[in-house]
Amino acid sequence: MSIHELMFYLFSGMILLFSVLTVTSRRILRAATYLLFVLISTAGIYFMLNYQFLAAVQLTLYAGGIVVLIIFSILLTSHITHKFEPIGIKKMVFTIVAVAAGAILTITTVLNYGFNTVVASSQNPDMQLIGGSLLGYGRDGYALPFEVISVLLLAAIFGSIVIAKKEKSK
Amino acid sequence: MEFNIYDLTSFTSSFDQLLMENLSPFWAVAIEMILIGVAILAFYAVVGLYLVYAERKVCAFMQCRVGPNRVGPYGFFQTIADLIKLLMKELIPIKNADKLLFNIAPYIVIIASFMAIAAIPFAKGLHAIDFNIGIFYIMAVSSLGVIGILIAGWSSNNKYSLIGAMRSGAQIVSYELSVGLSLITIVILSGSLQLSTIVEGQRDGWFLFTGHIPALIAFLVFLVAATAETNRGPFDLAEAESELTAGFHTEYSGIKFAFFFLAEYMNMFIVASIAVTMFLGGWMPFHVGGWEAFNNIMDYIPPFFWYAGKTAFIIWVMMWFKWTFPRLRIDQLLTLEWKYLLPINLVNIIIMAFVVLMGWHF
Repeated sequence: MSIHELMFYLFSGMILLFSVLTVTSRRILRAATYLLFVLISTAGIYFMLNYQFLAAVQLTLYAGGIVVLIIFSILLTSHITHKFEPIGIKKMVFTIVAVAAGAILTITTVLNYGFNTVVASSQNPDMQLIGGSLLGYGRDGYALPFEVISVLLLAAIFGSIVIAKKEKSK
Repeated sequence: MEFNIYDLTSFTSSFDQLLMENLSPFWAVAIEMILIGVAILAFYAVVGLYLVYAERKVCAFMQCRVGPNRVGPYGFFQTIADLIKLLMKELIPIKNADKLLFNIAPYIVIIASFMAIAAIPFAKGLHAIDFNIGIFYIMAVSSLGVIGILIAGWSSNNKYSLIGAMRSGAQIVSYELSVGLSLITIVILSGSLQLSTIVEGQRDGWFLFTGHIPALIAFLVFLVAATAETNRGPFDLAEAESELTAGFHTEYSGIKFAFFFLAEYMNMFIVASIAVTMFLGGWMPFHVGGWEAFNNIMDYIPPFFWYAGKTAFIIWVMMWFKWTFPRLRIDQLLTLEWKYLLPINLVNIIIMAFVVLMGWHF
């Protein structure tokens, strides 16, 4: 077994284990922490594929951004003694059936798909290329989606300010 | 195997070859990983210990005291004695705390700083991983440390800890923006995110000098924001011993407390290293473009000493901050970031882009 395979199995195992723990944990902050480990392991797989930019984005946005936001809101709203009630037997059966169906569907699709072995190009898309195409307006340019998304984000920020604003006392 | 202190590339690559020839690739890579891990761990421990010693001496100097002076000459072994004490101390278990998270939290904090240290260039050829997104990677992994602090505060089941963690979270999340933007200013100047290229780009003068006014502003903003990001005084609201006993690590004892303590000092070291690499030329000697004789004299000092000297200077400046300025209030802290540093930074980036576009830099 090469070191690459070993690392791949390590990361995949961590992703599987912590994904299951995330949804089964009955304490909310523990679930958030397990989610953090899932996201970090995914970043590890990106590093293994030598796609460092995406890995760093995964770490900053998901692990460093979204999980911090989730933990922050848990800190503000939840108490340490709070535990979710164990789910009933009926719900559990349905969940297991749904999950098993999804898993079987995905696994059969993956197994039936004829993967072509491609010699991985060791070329790592460098930052100048990514930056150029992000702001380019010619072919392979993403200037329009980039701008549209920034307008969307601005609208979202305005929306949250309006919602959070206190009503004037009459 | 030749060993050249001015360029360690030949040493490391010949060592790599030696392993590759004698062992299977699996074991060669595994041994290299273990060696680098052990080396960085040892470096981490030694630097952490002596930064604590340095802090106590600098603090004493600022307050006209002598500082630690009993254990060894000039109290040189004081922190080693402290470490032994911390290792021996009892780990007090907390009733009604979330034990799993309580125990994980110090490790998250320390692993985040440990991951960042791997990408720092210490000298020519002494650089564990040279990512082509180097500085972005360091920013990404060092932002994970705050999660450990938040978890530590919450899982202690203590109101002081929770308040400390909340403050620290708000502080780090907001100051990260300024740190990132001030580094982007330099990335515009250097045109690369790779740390080795950035250091190489400062051969004829450090970016602090070649980028003149915008680089200087970015450097000052970075120093302030980085001090805040490492939770150090005057921004140590997360600990604020006079109001919150010890903030997020109130309930920790023994070696787990030592982990937080060590991570704080190592974060300061990492931040100082980033400042040195981005603004002060990293391991590059002080060169002035065109002055051949002067540059040759400067080249006689090995790169590692340049790096260590500059880092020590930045760390000294940060300690100076801590022992000179009074602690800020939380609203003052957030005002400083959102109303002053962030707008200054954004304008500064535009100025830098303009300077680079017009070719006004040296």
